[in-house]
Amino acid sequence: MAARAIWKGELKLNSTKIPVKLYSAVTDRTVRFNILDDKHRMRVKQHMVEPDSGDEVPTEQIQKGYEIEPGRFVILTDEDLEGLNPEPSREIDISEFLATDKITQQWYERPYYLGPDGNEQDYFAFAEALEKTDREGIAHWVMRNKAYVGALRAHEGYLMLFTLRNAQEVISAEDLTKPGGRAPTAKEVNMAKHLIGLLEGEFDPADYKDEYRERVMEFIGKKAKGRAPKLAAVRPKRATASLDSVLAKSINALKKGKRAA
Amino acid sequence: MRPFWSGTITFGLVSVPVNLFPATQSSRAALRMLGPEGEPLSRKYYSEKTERDLDADEMVRGFEIDKDKYVIVTDEELERLAPEKTRDIDLTKFVKAGEIPPLLFERGYFLTPAANSEKAYKLLAEAMKESGQAGIATFVMRGKEYLVAIFSDNGILRAETMRFADELRSPGDVGLPEKKKVPAAKVRKFETLIKKKTKKTFKPVVDEQTQRLLKLVKKKQAKRSNVVEVQGEEREDGKVIDLVQVLKKSLAGR
Repeated sequence: MAARAIWKGELKLNSTKIPVKLYSAVTDRTVRFNILDDKHRMRVKQHMVEPDSGDEVPTEQIQKGYEIEPGRFVILTDEDLEGLNPEPSREIDISEFLATDKITQQWYERPYYLGPDGNEQDYFAFAEALEKTDREGIAHWVMRNKAYVGALRAHEGYLMLFTLRNAQEVISAEDLTKPGGRAPTAKEVNMAKHLIGLLEGEFDPADYKDEYRERVMEFIGKKAKGRAPKLAAVRPKRATASLDSVLAKSINALKKGKRAA
Repeated sequence: MRPFWSGTITFGLVSVPVNLFPATQSSRAALRMLGPEGEPLSRKYYSEKTERDLDADEMVRGFEIDKDKYVIVTDEELERLAPEKTRDIDLTKFVKAGEIPPLLFERGYFLTPAANSEKAYKLLAEAMKESGQAGIATFVMRGKEYLVAIFSDNGILRAETMRFADELRSPGDVGLPEKKKVPAAKVRKFETLIKKKTKKTFKPVVDEQTQRLLKLVKKKQAKRSNVVEVQGEEREDGKVIDLVQVLKKSLAGR
């Protein structure tokens, strides 16, 4: 079954306009639990209360405040907050392009597909051009009262839009200090590189499955039938002493394993 | 601030105990819910049946198997359901760092050395940097299994969690139309445009909505309009955490 579009817009590239529909490219498969009242085994509700009296404060009496210093708040009304929203627009503006290796992993947040909504020729031509030039576009748009910046990329001949995190959201390793202590010796580094080389391979996401999710669901199924298995307790474990000998042992073990295979 | 997770990276037979901290944070200004007199409110869970507020030990986690029918699962059961080998980040595969598609990346974390593991930590970071490789592993953290890629970034190990293949939709799943053949001249026209508008470096943007909010707060504060003060205790939960300072301390082994 085809997915429903969550937003409609128009890609703008100089004078060319390409109407598009936006679809989520991910499905959430997290096992979802409800919080229950243990005694009655019913779902709990939430409300806001005055901490001293424990009295409920109804929604229409709740105000929002920004804490400027401990215990001092500036009240922001709904009107104030609405006034901060960006101008609504249907335009996805492409400001510039970058080689596809310029944005590091940390910035990518959520992927969406863009599907053509008319003008299919320009849609597919643009996707092909992005693929051939190995570039991604930097996109700016407003969706549901929020301004987004994103990366526009080609994927299997189609266009994808990734929301990107903003400058305040990402902590860069360049702003941190690497751990101190003695640097590893050249011999150790070479052995570790050798070990990495033995473990090197192609990455195929299909090789990995969320086995834990399957275990949790299987356990829930058994428990529902009143046949929950006993689970072993968790024991803590400890670390390595001499790097040299452990690296040598690791390399030997891997080499043996490869010969046996 | 306590680490989000503490555990061990294993690499061959080498173990590197590490702490894990988020590498991303929210840029949005945190607003507090206040009562009619400006007093900060607390969020409470309550039972619909008795209308009484509930303490943490009066609540359980339930999975709905039928309408209003739940299977209760405890924290201990969730922890015990993870086999021992899945509680470590076991780097059994290395791939070229630049070849993982961005479609997979979800969220970044920094790993800092724990329990005198600086030497092994530095060795792994250096060897990964020199070979240009990222390590791949799956592990269970806080009741969820994660697929991660570990990168050596400026002498620091950074883990990026990734989506599992079955969490991604294909263009066919979404129902995108069949690809169309397009005239080569049209593609070339776009290629020219793309090249003309190409820049050298990525410039992150600032969260302008939050900037506007902070400006409005300043304005109101100067005018002393809508400012409320509450007497009394300082709360721990309202404190803003400086994640960069937390990370610097942890990397320095303090």
